[in-house]
Amino acid sequence: MNNELFRLTISQAQAALRRREFSAVELTRACLERISAVEPKLNAFLTVAESEALIQAAAADRRLANGAPALCGIPIGIKDIFATRGMRTTCASRILENFVPPFDATVVARLREAGAVFPGKLNMDEFAMGSSTENSAFGPTRNPYDLARVPGGSSGGSAAAVAADECLAALGTDTGGSIRQPAALCGVVGIKPTYSRVSRYGVVAFASSLDQVGPLTKTVRDSAIMMRALAGVDPRDSTCSARPVPDYEAALNGEIKNLRIGVPKEFFVEGMQPVVDSAVRAALKRLEADGAAVGEISLPHSQYAVATYYLIATAEASANLARYDGVRYGLRAEADDLSELYGRTRAQGFGPEVKRRIMLGTFALSSGYYDAYYLKAQRVRTLIRRDFEAAFGACDVIVTPTSPTTAFRLGEKTQDPLQMYLSDIFTISVNLAGLPALSMPCGYDGNGLPIGLQIIGPAFGEGVILRVADALERSAPVPRRRPAAV
Amino acid sequence: MPVRMAETKIGLDGVRHVARLARLELDAEQEARLQHDLSAILEYIEKLNELDLGGVEPTAQVGEAGTPMRDDVVTNQPAAEAALANAPAREGFWFKVPKIIE
Repeated sequence: MNNELFRLTISQAQAALRRREFSAVELTRACLERISAVEPKLNAFLTVAESEALIQAAAADRRLANGAPALCGIPIGIKDIFATRGMRTTCASRILENFVPPFDATVVARLREAGAVFPGKLNMDEFAMGSSTENSAFGPTRNPYDLARVPGGSSGGSAAAVAADECLAALGTDTGGSIRQPAALCGVVGIKPTYSRVSRYGVVAFASSLDQVGPLTKTVRDSAIMMRALAGVDPRDSTCSARPVPDYEAALNGEIKNLRIGVPKEFFVEGMQPVVDSAVRAALKRLEADGAAVGEISLPHSQYAVATYYLIATAEASANLARYDGVRYGLRAEADDLSELYGRTRAQGFGPEVKRRIMLGTFALSSGYYDAYYLKAQRVRTLIRRDFEAAFGACDVIVTPTSPTTAFRLGEKTQDPLQMYLSDIFTISVNLAGLPALSMPCGYDGNGLPIGLQIIGPAFGEGVILRVADALERSAPVPRRRPAAV
Repeated sequence: MPVRMAETKIGLDGVRHVARLARLELDAEQEARLQHDLSAILEYIEKLNELDLGGVEPTAQVGEAGTPMRDDVVTNQPAAEAALANAPAREGFWFKVPKIIE
């Protein structure tokens, strides 16, 4: 038997499990052994659920005996922002350190129903606020390509775990780039679907007009498989779209002839590493060689996206995080009266970045400042949305770098929040416009660190994004490189 | 830790006021740090003043679902015992808190 089962993609494992080449228990054991071997270096997992995973795998083997569902027996890691029934869900925060949800998030329930196996819960920036996973209350995750560097964030545990073959895929969330930026820095595929495409019931809320759920996978095909399992209407999330879910995998035909690809001139900016620029341009040449038409477009308001985002996202966060009051669940500090209890619980429970964002958001919503900050940001959001509407009149997808640099060093940006925020400069406007976008590897820098390329589509254009990404994956001059550090 | 002062966009009094609104207890060092960080971020955000926003409607929500109504039926989910399982303090089927009214 292949003793490196953990290296398989979903697509490969699906086929082999159905042929009964190995069992779901064997596959799960391989991933759990891999987790034991690499976790001391990476810290991608906050909880490893070995016995639960083996029970799920045994159940999957019974289902595989008679016509199994899509993800039967596939080990999938879950970002610790998703409620998992009976399994600790911390959001990487002290305030939820011992919280055990009494229910599953809808996407977790869907994966369970599809037969998936959950090896555990993945590290992240506290409450998904960060771009490096250094804001986790339980220590940072390391980049499997270089342990001195960050995996990106906030879904850094998800990206690192998939890159290091600890699980075949992972769930993430993306409010301003939190799936795509870590996917880029760890050399995996990550897709943020259209706002409302995937249910958010049971996902700890950060910024409700921006948050979306999506998969991180080893290949584009695996993202297509995951998207079909995750997307679709949910009576428990009233923002969730009722549009039918297409068979994304069936549309991966490699055909991109005459497809129009827009390249925004504003996205090739100062401060971008030349190696990122040249890798993205080389990928565009390959798409042209496959028959696509590449042309320049303009998104004139993208330079305002980061400022707009940090008002809207923090304002919404300050409202969402008001629920952590030490009364019904989570940490409670000792106090003599209720207002002291609130203030002290939140002081002890939240880390510095979460406090910073609650403060900024509370300020932006406060009396006398609302019009000058929050309302103004919402108006700029309209301009950013219109930029994309105009652009998609002239092209089918937009291609950009995912992040201006490859993975940076731990500690490099922790003292300067603004510099940290700017690593999401290419991803943030997509959330403001509610559009789908995918990040995939498109090369490596001189240190062997992965470079990410972003493909943005019109609303509900996940199918065309995946088709372009798949074509690009097929024409890649070198295969995906395994991480050197694990 | 001493912090380099950015141009002051928010005073210490302002920081304390916002902290009260946000129900966050801060010590003096945290207040100074937040004054510095928020000032730097607010300075960056002034970029938005370059734009002429006359006649531009605000966007509060993207998405297409609107605000659908569901039937108003009792589900009793999660059950009381499950809902109380994470309570930091309880008494019977109640969440217990410090005295609110004298």
